[in-house]
Amino acid sequence: MIYLQVLANGVVLGGLYACIAVGFSLVWGVLNVINLLHGSFIVLGAYVAFFSYHLLGLHPFLSAPLAGMLLFVLGFGLQGAIINRVVHAPVLMTLTLTFGLDLLINNAMLVAFKADYRKIVLEPPLGSIALGEVILPLDRVAVMVLALLLTLLLYQLLRLSRLGRAIVAMRMDHDAARLMGINVMRMSAVTFGIGAFMAGAAGSLLSIIYPISPLNSTLFLGKAFVICVLGGLGSVPGAMAGGVVLGLIESFSALWLGPEYAVTVSFVLLIVILAVRPTGLLGKRGFE
Amino acid sequence: MRDWAILAAGVTLFALLPLLGGNYALRLGTIFAMYAVLALSWNIIGGLAGYPSFATAAFFGLGAYASAILAGKSVPMLLAWAAAGIVAATFAVVIGLAILHLKGHYFAIASLVLAEVLRELTNSFADLTGGGMGLNLPVLRWTVGQEAQFFFFAMLVLVALTMIAVLLLRRSTLGFALRCIQQNEDAAVMLGIGARGCKAVAFMLSAVFVGIAGAIYASWVHYIEPGDVFDVLYSVKPLVMVLIGGIGTLFGPVIGAAVFLLLEEAVWRSFLTIHAAVLGGLIVLLVLFLPDGMLGSRKARLVWRG
Repeated sequence: MIYLQVLANGVVLGGLYACIAVGFSLVWGVLNVINLLHGSFIVLGAYVAFFSYHLLGLHPFLSAPLAGMLLFVLGFGLQGAIINRVVHAPVLMTLTLTFGLDLLINNAMLVAFKADYRKIVLEPPLGSIALGEVILPLDRVAVMVLALLLTLLLYQLLRLSRLGRAIVAMRMDHDAARLMGINVMRMSAVTFGIGAFMAGAAGSLLSIIYPISPLNSTLFLGKAFVICVLGGLGSVPGAMAGGVVLGLIESFSALWLGPEYAVTVSFVLLIVILAVRPTGLLGKRGFE
Repeated sequence: MRDWAILAAGVTLFALLPLLGGNYALRLGTIFAMYAVLALSWNIIGGLAGYPSFATAAFFGLGAYASAILAGKSVPMLLAWAAAGIVAATFAVVIGLAILHLKGHYFAIASLVLAEVLRELTNSFADLTGGGMGLNLPVLRWTVGQEAQFFFFAMLVLVALTMIAVLLLRRSTLGFALRCIQQNEDAAVMLGIGARGCKAVAFMLSAVFVGIAGAIYASWVHYIEPGDVFDVLYSVKPLVMVLIGGIGTLFGPVIGAAVFLLLEEAVWRSFLTIHAAVLGGLIVLLVLFLPDGMLGSRKARLVWRG
């Protein structure tokens, strides 16, 4: 049954996509900043994994937290020092600012790491398992499970910890949050840092599946756009739903129309959904 | 009256450029005029109506491809240019009616994705567009100097037309309606302004000249490919120029285009491998320290923020 196989591929892909998008969705939802740096953050995470694997012999699954921490520091610094200064300016300003920062960081990566596509080849390879007639590559499944675990951790962090409640409070109402004694500027930096953490960790996990290159950043960023619009903005379940839906759409459009149309289909869908139902498929807002 | 005088003086002075400089100066002048067209056009939807559009690359590439395909079927050049403008304008109206009800980030993303979709489609329909191989345009049987002068004056006429359209728009009812929409769309609708139609027309006006600019560009460089003319930088550069000059101002976009071009040339010359980073740094500094631009006033910004 080819449909079962395509379905399984789509769901696995969807798990990876959820992890790509959840940090982007958090930053957009809470800070109202479209972080065009997100794609570059993911690629940076992948480079951390690449160099830890080749220099330190660290498995990409183990270097994911390390990549996340490094990216957290970078994100915290960027938001605290630069983006916070214009966070209340009109949409155009923050969007343009993150575009400028992305040009800077992406160009820095090109100079430092070159545009060559690199790949982590695991020794020994993980192989694949067969469930009936459906064959699943184990590396993808492992990455999906870890990605979902990370996403779930973020969800629990937002729901249960004091830090998480402060972020949710900010998402509901910046001014009221400030009145309740939340240091909005600091928490904005922390939120942006967490978004960067998720991107870095996701990039590190994905490094065993996708080739690594600075040129890939727009690819990841485009996926994050589509997923956020599909799932609705600013909630962890929304990002997960959007990720799975996008994974399925890409798998089935590759089957029916050919793989070269997968990107076109997802972007056309983005415009249609925005035009018809801008709140996304779940139609719910917020990190409540 | 004063604005018309400035326009006439500016165009006349600029038309003297071929007397002074060689082909390099003409090339810079042509690019300057093209950038000014893009920036002025963006200012209609982004500055006047207040909608953060990233669709410029889509209009530019669409115009370039429309005229290149027609030129390949041996349609006369000027006719192909005009057709490119019509194609871009029609596209803008249709898409505009679908996405102009979105606000803020949502509109920005929808407009940003347009160019991506068009690029992918151009890549896919290789029979018509040549796909990733790109399209060659018919070579004109002129000398290099004649060609440089011709395209310089073509862009100059286009920028003059764009400027005239902007000046007429400023004084018109439509321009007034767009300013109302920018300041408070709900209030504007309450007062009986047909916001939907006004925004669609503004979007169309911001597309038509960009489409023709794309067409002239295609004829000028003789070869286009999807990654070149649908480049996201064509969406971002005009915005940066307008930010340099002052958002929502009349002549700000033109000044911004000149400043931007000079910076770009200097950067390309001295820092080839890190030109993107320098551009990025420029954008960051601009947003942080000069958000009103060179001609913008603080008061104007307060109004714009609503």
